[in-house]
Amino acid sequence: MVNGPSVPSASSADGTPPPAPESALARHITTEIGTTLALPRGGERLWILFLLLVITAGAAAYIMQLIYGLSVTGMRDYVSWGVYMTNFVFFIGVSHAGTLISAILRVTNAEWRRPITRMAEGITVFALLVGAPMVIVDMGRPDRLQHVILYGRLNSPILWDVLSVTTYITGSFLYLYVASIPDFAILARQGSTGNTFSVLRLRIYNFFSLGYRGTPQQKHHLERALGTMAVVIIPVAVSVHTVVSWVFGMTLRPGWHSTIFGPYFVIGAIFSGTAGIVLAMAVFRRVYGLEKYLTNRHFRYLGTLLLVFNILYIYFTLSEYLTTWYGGESVDMRLVDMLMGASHFGPLFWGTIVFGLFVPAILLVLPIKKTIAPIVIAAILVNIGMWVKRYLIIIPTMLTPFIDPKAAGATPSYIPTFVEWMITAAAFAFFLLLFTMFAKFLPIISIWETVEGVETLGAERTGVSPELQKLAGKEIQ
Amino acid sequence: MSNDRRDFIKNSLIVLGGAVAAKATGGAFAAVPAPADAASASAPPVPGPSSGPMVPALTADGRLVQVHASAAPKPALAVRQGIPGRKWVMVIDLASCDGCRTCTRACGKMHAIPGDREWIRVFKMQDSPETAPYFFPRPCFHCDNPPCTRVCPVDATFKRQDGTVLIDNERCIGCRFCMAACPYSVRVFNWSRPHDPPEVLTEPYSPEHGTPRRIGTVEKCDFCPDMAEQGMLPACAAACPMAVIYFGDQNEDAVTNSKGETVRLSTLLTDRAGYQYMEELGTKPRVYYLPPKNRMYAPPDRTAAVLGHDVMRRR
Repeated sequence: MVNGPSVPSASSADGTPPPAPESALARHITTEIGTTLALPRGGERLWILFLLLVITAGAAAYIMQLIYGLSVTGMRDYVSWGVYMTNFVFFIGVSHAGTLISAILRVTNAEWRRPITRMAEGITVFALLVGAPMVIVDMGRPDRLQHVILYGRLNSPILWDVLSVTTYITGSFLYLYVASIPDFAILARQGSTGNTFSVLRLRIYNFFSLGYRGTPQQKHHLERALGTMAVVIIPVAVSVHTVVSWVFGMTLRPGWHSTIFGPYFVIGAIFSGTAGIVLAMAVFRRVYGLEKYLTNRHFRYLGTLLLVFNILYIYFTLSEYLTTWYGGESVDMRLVDMLMGASHFGPLFWGTIVFGLFVPAILLVLPIKKTIAPIVIAAILVNIGMWVKRYLIIIPTMLTPFIDPKAAGATPSYIPTFVEWMITAAAFAFFLLLFTMFAKFLPIISIWETVEGVETLGAERTGVSPELQKLAGKEIQ
Repeated sequence: MSNDRRDFIKNSLIVLGGAVAAKATGGAFAAVPAPADAASASAPPVPGPSSGPMVPALTADGRLVQVHASAAPKPALAVRQGIPGRKWVMVIDLASCDGCRTCTRACGKMHAIPGDREWIRVFKMQDSPETAPYFFPRPCFHCDNPPCTRVCPVDATFKRQDGTVLIDNERCIGCRFCMAACPYSVRVFNWSRPHDPPEVLTEPYSPEHGTPRRIGTVEKCDFCPDMAEQGMLPACAAACPMAVIYFGDQNEDAVTNSKGETVRLSTLLTDRAGYQYMEELGTKPRVYYLPPKNRMYAPPDRTAAVLGHDVMRRR
């Protein structure tokens, strides 16, 4: 409890007692995790270069779109929303990882969350930073963005989106930041990270640490702030995906005008968000060799959560489509026929149901404890499946207006163009770049929370390797 | 005298305020196609006073002219409020529509609509395999409970007191939510940079006629409120060789078709079982349909005098 990060004795000049000396465990963890903070080398540089190339190509595609208008996309009058909206819903969905893992698990005192909170909170912020601008990319007149503030009308679900998404971005950014303050203090002391930071970098760390020294009083304030924010951010997150669903649900269109859409989208969001955090964990564990901190136990627990949301999502999907199909209203049936059979959406729909929902469920049920492979494969399938699922929520409904366009000899269709795919690729690249840079700036595993967990609750409950317990044991006794 | 001067100053200010009084010189009607001209000339005006006070206005080249009050540029607020005391309404007689699409073409000329879109679209409907198909012209329904204006985040599309639903393409941000929200697929979008003809480009913009069009904004049928204000039928109604489309003022309970027949709206709707398309959606359309009953009509008079030379039947 008292083993918070300490600061150089110089800072005790203001009369406050010097903090307790840093524990061996804290030093050990800081050194190990701190290796990720080194400047990009070899493979990492290539990776960043690759991401920058994709982003540049996407930017070029967007400039083309600005010059020639949205005619460079596959969207037309009947299908007036396409992959940009799909990306928007997808990324806002992924952003729910942070809330779930960090806030819900914090509120419920699930201590194994400690090593994964930082990553989860990062996903939230970055997914929002990528997802929210997708709406601007989709706009015909991005130059008039200020109209939303100048002439904004609360009648429109878009205004609800703007309000709740900006609240969510602000809230989750603050949440990420406040939970990082003790780590900023650790980094500002440079000490045991095994890195030699530049003076500028140390200054930045020091600035963001807000003079945190881990005194009992500071710790108390920090815990209270985090406790409050965790409670507040949960309803905000739920509201975000609810109003995203209402952009569709509030219209009278078949396939959208559904009372189930709010919860359906929220469950879908947490589902894909959890899959997103599993993927991020798997990648970071592999790349930086963090097996001691991100153990099979974490993957198994998250796998269980993923399974719960998987089953819930299957349930919601069944409720949504079975009632539509069973009721059999004529325009609904045109949609169902298109979605489940007589078009290229058929294979896509059933493929998503089988490979995006049922196969992951089976993989997650498998009693395999030695390896995390089934859970990671499930997470990959879920993420692909959820992107396609959003596509299938948007496009087929747009192709099914009440007045059948065939009656006027029109055959609307939608095939995303190269420009749309390029911008989509750039969005994913930007997300990955943000995450990569983030890992270079802040420890991807929350040092102070992990140290605190191991020292006060033990490695077992924190979910980390027992090796760390030995280090802590020596220090405490 | 002093009133006149005040009016003059006011109107001059309106002109200086950005609106150019090209309309005063008749520029607004340059886009009216020959057939529609002929038809509207042969058609009597919409019931109601077609003559009104004259007001002074400044033309684009700096001349001061007297113009009809309705043709003078209006302040933005007036455009959003609509024509006082009016409640425009349309009745479409499905029993007489032969699907020639003259309405679509006349509308296209009137509003200089590019070939990739239609403001009034004619569908060939068949309600069941046992019933005969019929033609269904679909303009904007100008709903009294419009789902499109409700979802607009910036109030670019709005409902006026005279019943019309218009779009301000200087305000529209191109989010296309209104297009997704319209259950009747009425709204169309300027996906690429528009190529309006020169005579349209010189017009001052007004949501009342929607031109010049702008890239990245939504447009749709506007019920030709600038025509109605001058006592003329919308282009589609005026051009219809079968006199299918009636247009008028619900407050006056009278509608007129291209043959100049003015009938009582309430009687027409009651006698001929008028209905609104998909009224169960609760959108309260301002367009009524008369059921496609006894569709045994004489071929229309397709002489050039009425229609011009370019009328071609597709079916």
